[in-house]
Amino acid sequence: MESSHLRQQIAAMRQSFFDEEILDGQFCQLERLENRGNPNFVEEVLTMYFRDSTTLLQTVEQEIETDTIDLAKVDMMLHKFKGSSASIGANKVRNNITKTRQLLEEGNLEGAKLAFRELRMEHDNLRAKLEPYFQQQLRQVGPVETATRPKGSDHA
Amino acid sequence: MNSSSGKTYMSTSNSSAGWKAGDAAADQFPVGLRVLVVDDDPTCLMILEKMLRTCLYEVTKCNRAETALSMLRENKSGFDVVISDVHMPDMDGFKLLEHIGLEMDLPVIMMSADDGKHVVMKGVTHGACDYLIKPVRIEALKNIWQHVVRKRKNEWKDFEQSGSVEEGDRQLKQSEEADYSSSANEGNWKSSKRRKDDEDETDDRDDTSSLKKPRVVWSVELHQQFVAAVNQLGIDKAVPKKILELMNVPGLTRENVASHLQKYRLYLRRLSGVSQHPSNLNNSFMSPQEATFGPLSSLNGLDLQTLAATGQLPAQSLVTLQAAGLGRPTGKSGIPMPLVDQRNIFSFENPKLRFGDGQQHVNNNKQMNLLHGIPTTMEPKQLAGLHHGAQSMGNMNMQVASHGSQSSQNNPLLMQMAQPQVRGQMLNDTSLGHPPRLLSPMGQPILSNGIAANVSTRNGIQENIRAPSYNPVSQTSSMLNFPMNHAAELPGNSFPLGSTPGISSLTPKVAFQEDVNSDIKGSVGFLPSYDIFNDLNQHKPQNWELQNVGMTLDASQHSNSLQGNLNHAQSVLVQQGFPSGQVNGQNRSATVVSKAMFSSGDSTGHVNVQNGNQHLNSLLVDSTVRIKSETPTILYPDDFGQEDLMSALLKQQDAIAPAEHEFDFDGYSLDNIPV
Repeated sequence: MESSHLRQQIAAMRQSFFDEEILDGQFCQLERLENRGNPNFVEEVLTMYFRDSTTLLQTVEQEIETDTIDLAKVDMMLHKFKGSSASIGANKVRNNITKTRQLLEEGNLEGAKLAFRELRMEHDNLRAKLEPYFQQQLRQVGPVETATRPKGSDHA
Repeated sequence: MNSSSGKTYMSTSNSSAGWKAGDAAADQFPVGLRVLVVDDDPTCLMILEKMLRTCLYEVTKCNRAETALSMLRENKSGFDVVISDVHMPDMDGFKLLEHIGLEMDLPVIMMSADDGKHVVMKGVTHGACDYLIKPVRIEALKNIWQHVVRKRKNEWKDFEQSGSVEEGDRQLKQSEEADYSSSANEGNWKSSKRRKDDEDETDDRDDTSSLKKPRVVWSVELHQQFVAAVNQLGIDKAVPKKILELMNVPGLTRENVASHLQKYRLYLRRLSGVSQHPSNLNNSFMSPQEATFGPLSSLNGLDLQTLAATGQLPAQSLVTLQAAGLGRPTGKSGIPMPLVDQRNIFSFENPKLRFGDGQQHVNNNKQMNLLHGIPTTMEPKQLAGLHHGAQSMGNMNMQVASHGSQSSQNNPLLMQMAQPQVRGQMLNDTSLGHPPRLLSPMGQPILSNGIAANVSTRNGIQENIRAPSYNPVSQTSSMLNFPMNHAAELPGNSFPLGSTPGISSLTPKVAFQEDVNSDIKGSVGFLPSYDIFNDLNQHKPQNWELQNVGMTLDASQHSNSLQGNLNHAQSVLVQQGFPSGQVNGQNRSATVVSKAMFSSGDSTGHVNVQNGNQHLNSLLVDSTVRIKSETPTILYPDDFGQEDLMSALLKQQDAIAPAEHEFDFDGYSLDNIPV
């Protein structure tokens, strides 16, 4: 069956996250929580994360592009974003947040804008990578309960 | 801690907070630990909740600080520990921390993605018992129960110690009339009584043997011996071992001496700082006692500091106090300072006492508040009895009371005590006539003070003061210690000989404090607030003081800390001393001020007592007036943002009060004191 295939695929995807360092050990912490009886926990958390992060990034972007940037507000938002990103294990995203904040603090507005764009990219990249990952997971769970497709009995 | 400890707590602890989960839960401790987690970020909140649930804790999540606070207020003993984010939109995490510390005295763990030293330090100074950096791992959450246990343990210790105080208070009450009048040698009866009480107490606490510590009552004679030994060795060379050898007192352990020495050093330090006004305070303190405590007099000048030093004042507090008290005396209105300073010294030792007093003050204040016209923002419930009208003073008390409520015991006690007392006495006319009462309540207040102190620090109001991360609980404990001191001793001027009959018990209290305080960390916390008070006090010392004094007296009377009256007084003094110290230079936020006020209030009560032993006597006896004049430091909210101050005070009082109750008052169920 494809379940082993799927499992392997999922595992490979997951490993790539760590290899590319877009996720770190904190993600494993979340996974551990999931194993305890809440099967979709990680996905729920990530859904919530992206929901807030998208809004937040939009707000920050708008603010950053204005002439009179409310630095305190932006810093506050980025700080909060850093907290949530770190909590889900979004490694690169968090690093980019730190960089952006630092540049803002130094007064390097242009540099900060660049860093922010990079941050945005990393964030979108993360989402792009995690979405199929969870989709695959769903698929994996699904077939187990339903009748398997008569594809052959090659499933381990 | 292990489940056994938990059990111990369960069975022996009177505090409401305890493991309310039930005995069954206690066995499985920390399973069922009731955690309140506050974070405005939903992602983090979700993760934390899951992690905590995985640890088998009972989790309540909250995304707004205000909501969390009201949840806590509604159900004071419904939670064991609070975890809160630092940056929240509606309220700063540190502010929440302060509130919780003052009102509920629960252990609070801060967390943030920010790991900068500055912010972590802020957490420490505001009294957070831990600081977690995001991302939070489940391993970090698994051990949070330790903070709960630690707090309970400290509370328990204080409680135990205060147990004797309670006895003392009772005794004090009885003998206060007599004692006060004869100020001299009162200490003896007190100490002996205390001893007896202590023994009784300890017996009662056999089940908490792990926490119980045989208390050494530093009687006048004992203290004299101690001082003699120290002087002989030279303060710099005085090491506990050698002192112990020189003293040659059977049954005295090196540890006893060590803690006493610590207090003594603090006291001396304080004295040096306060030297500006030495005469006033010292004299006043000493006078009544002089007869009894010959050596004490010397103490006053130096001993106070030493006491302070040796007292439980935490280094920080001590420093602050000293700075505040010492520096201020001259600068400030002058009145309060000297008195305060002196008191500070004592108060160091009895930071707790202050609270206790504070608590009382709360109660008293409430009533007094009316008098002062200070708007008491005290928790309605607590204040309910008292006059809400009271202003900051009332607030302070309330705060303290509420603060104490954490320990929940204090508040009720204070409230109870104060109320009846206050009502009758104080009130509206700030009739200090109840000085004697104050003393008893002092016991309680001290607690409050302690608590308040803690709270203060926690809240960061007094950044300077910052008692060493003094958990509210611990403060409470210190308060307990203090109360003991002050109980009747108020007059105790110098080093608490322990049994100062109540007259210038400051000193004697200080001595007590040491014993007692050693356990109580609260004292430290106490100091800070005290300092603030000084500032506050300076403003309106009189009113406040009167109130406080009355309150404390009342409190002390009622409070168990009768025995500790001395402590109480001391703490009061100490408290006052602090505020002055601190206050002087600083414009503390209202909260701080409130706190200070609170403490000053309390301390003033005590201090006054001490200042003029006579005052004490009079206070105790009836000289409310004395108290007023004596306690210079009570700041009147007027000067400060009244509302802020009041709330701060009230908070403190509330906070403290409850705490005190726990410790000082046996009969009162502090739990759930509606604040």
